[in-house]
Amino acid sequence: MKAIRDLVDKQKERFKKDGKYTNMYRAFEALETFLFVPNHTTPAKGVQIRDANDLKRMMMTVIIAMVPCLLFGMWNAGHQHYLAIGQEADFLTKFLLGAQLVIPIVAVAYIVGLATDFASCVIRNHAVNEGYLVSGMLIPLIMPVTIPLWQVAIATVFAVIIAREVFGGTGMNVLNVALTARAFLYFAYPTDISGSVWTYIGDATAIEGYSGATALAIASEASAAGNSVVQAFASNWDSSMYSLSSLFMGTVPGSIGETSTLMCLIGAAILIFTGVGSWKIILGVFGGAYATGLLFNALALNEYMAMPAEYHLVIGGLAFGAVFMATDPVTAAHTESAKWVYGILIGVLTVLIRVFNPAYPEGIMLAILFMNVMAPLLDYFVVEANKKRRLQRATV
Amino acid sequence: MENLINIGIKSIFIENMIFAYFLGMCSYLAVSKNVKTAFGLGMAVTFVLATTIPLNYLVLNYILKPGALAWLSPSLADIDLSFLTFILFIAVIAAFVQLTEMAVEKFSPALYSALGIFLPLIAVNCSILGGALFMSGRPYTLAESTVYGVGSGIGWLLAVVALAAIRERLKYSNVPKPLKGLGITFIIVGLMSLGFLSFMGFSL
Repeated sequence: MKAIRDLVDKQKERFKKDGKYTNMYRAFEALETFLFVPNHTTPAKGVQIRDANDLKRMMMTVIIAMVPCLLFGMWNAGHQHYLAIGQEADFLTKFLLGAQLVIPIVAVAYIVGLATDFASCVIRNHAVNEGYLVSGMLIPLIMPVTIPLWQVAIATVFAVIIAREVFGGTGMNVLNVALTARAFLYFAYPTDISGSVWTYIGDATAIEGYSGATALAIASEASAAGNSVVQAFASNWDSSMYSLSSLFMGTVPGSIGETSTLMCLIGAAILIFTGVGSWKIILGVFGGAYATGLLFNALALNEYMAMPAEYHLVIGGLAFGAVFMATDPVTAAHTESAKWVYGILIGVLTVLIRVFNPAYPEGIMLAILFMNVMAPLLDYFVVEANKKRRLQRATV
Repeated sequence: MENLINIGIKSIFIENMIFAYFLGMCSYLAVSKNVKTAFGLGMAVTFVLATTIPLNYLVLNYILKPGALAWLSPSLADIDLSFLTFILFIAVIAAFVQLTEMAVEKFSPALYSALGIFLPLIAVNCSILGGALFMSGRPYTLAESTVYGVGSGIGWLLAVVALAAIRERLKYSNVPKPLKGLGITFIIVGLMSLGFLSFMGFSL
């Protein structure tokens, strides 16, 4: 430890002002604070610190909350593969195959994203912070396992620069960084992120009758053909494949981290317990989606509308989006009452897009992006209403 | 009735003047620095759209279209005045903008001075002439074109106040110097239209 400290101190001279590499100081500083806790203390005058909860701890909490989704996603990637080729495999084989597929995507997202982040911080001369650590984990979790790595890299660069760095870095962006990356790929390379891309088969051949369609695709196809959605789930090549319980557990094809509602709920519990994520938003999204589902059940104009409302909560990425994307404290609504509206509208919009927009099987991504755009306006109204109420209370 | 609701929703969200057609950008970018003035301009644009589109509908169907003058006397049935479309549309729009301007000046002098030159410039706002021309190209009835006018106005209003709220929040951002002002606004508008893509392709 001492040796590393000495090494860092010795190199520090070169990066200080008038040093040889002074323009690389920010990159050096980031590495130093990564290795050692900075020795800055609060001055006698000035800010009073109540809690050591800083950006770093907050970001690490979110990453820990995502670990169940990541691990389950790795196992599920292997599981889906062996299901598709019709072979039995034990837990470890499935997990290792999945890890082999998922880890490169995570690595690319982190390396490319951090490199972009460092470059931008060096150029603009502001401190590198932990903001990217969460986005770097979210980006792989919302990609299919078969995504080409270069696309992950391009999307990451686009999202980091256009969605975040041009606004000044972490905490200043308007749109969620990870969702911008996904939306970029969705519109730029649609064939690699939708359709039958959810299962890795490689050189092996899939068993007869196999379809790697997601529950969302099955639902919208069945509805378009005028068939009952629940029956379509049951009459799949494997009848228990899309039952309510396996949809909840997440043993279905889909993006790496999004399939398991259970794992997302574990993540939600961690986020809510530590106070990092807003329970109002999470509850709002689920409640909004469920209420819209119930309303559609009552109207039941087509088969998709007649699908029982609880299915909306477990298919697709609704749970993952609600827990990890909608609660992003930067791009969500900032005021407490606006958070309810924000969450509920995301839920409502998601179901609306799923049911009425044949162009997009899944609605959560665009619903969150749309509400990101609207969140500042919601905040504005809440603040104005507060002002009005206070003025009424004021007596001269 | 269902048809009218469809046109309303379509013109607000799906065929939003800003995010689907990028019409009316100049005042959209210039008057979106704070929500209050943006709301004022949005209301003015909505009013002008909601009144001029049905009026232009009448102008089109009773004066301009080939044979439209037949209601005056049958001998005028073969007259085609459609080469006057642009001029007459603009004349109606300019008249209404003048009216709006006088009303705003009378009832809200603060808003009048905040909007400055952009209030009279609504007359040449492309979303308004654009709305009238879209109307003339589609088989709308009078009721439908009224709903279409109100809807596209509300869509424009929604877009401009949303942008203004985002730009107010940008005070806390650290935008690189070369992008300050309009540069970052263009990027925001691009990102916002990404959000509005969620409505593209809705089948109602």
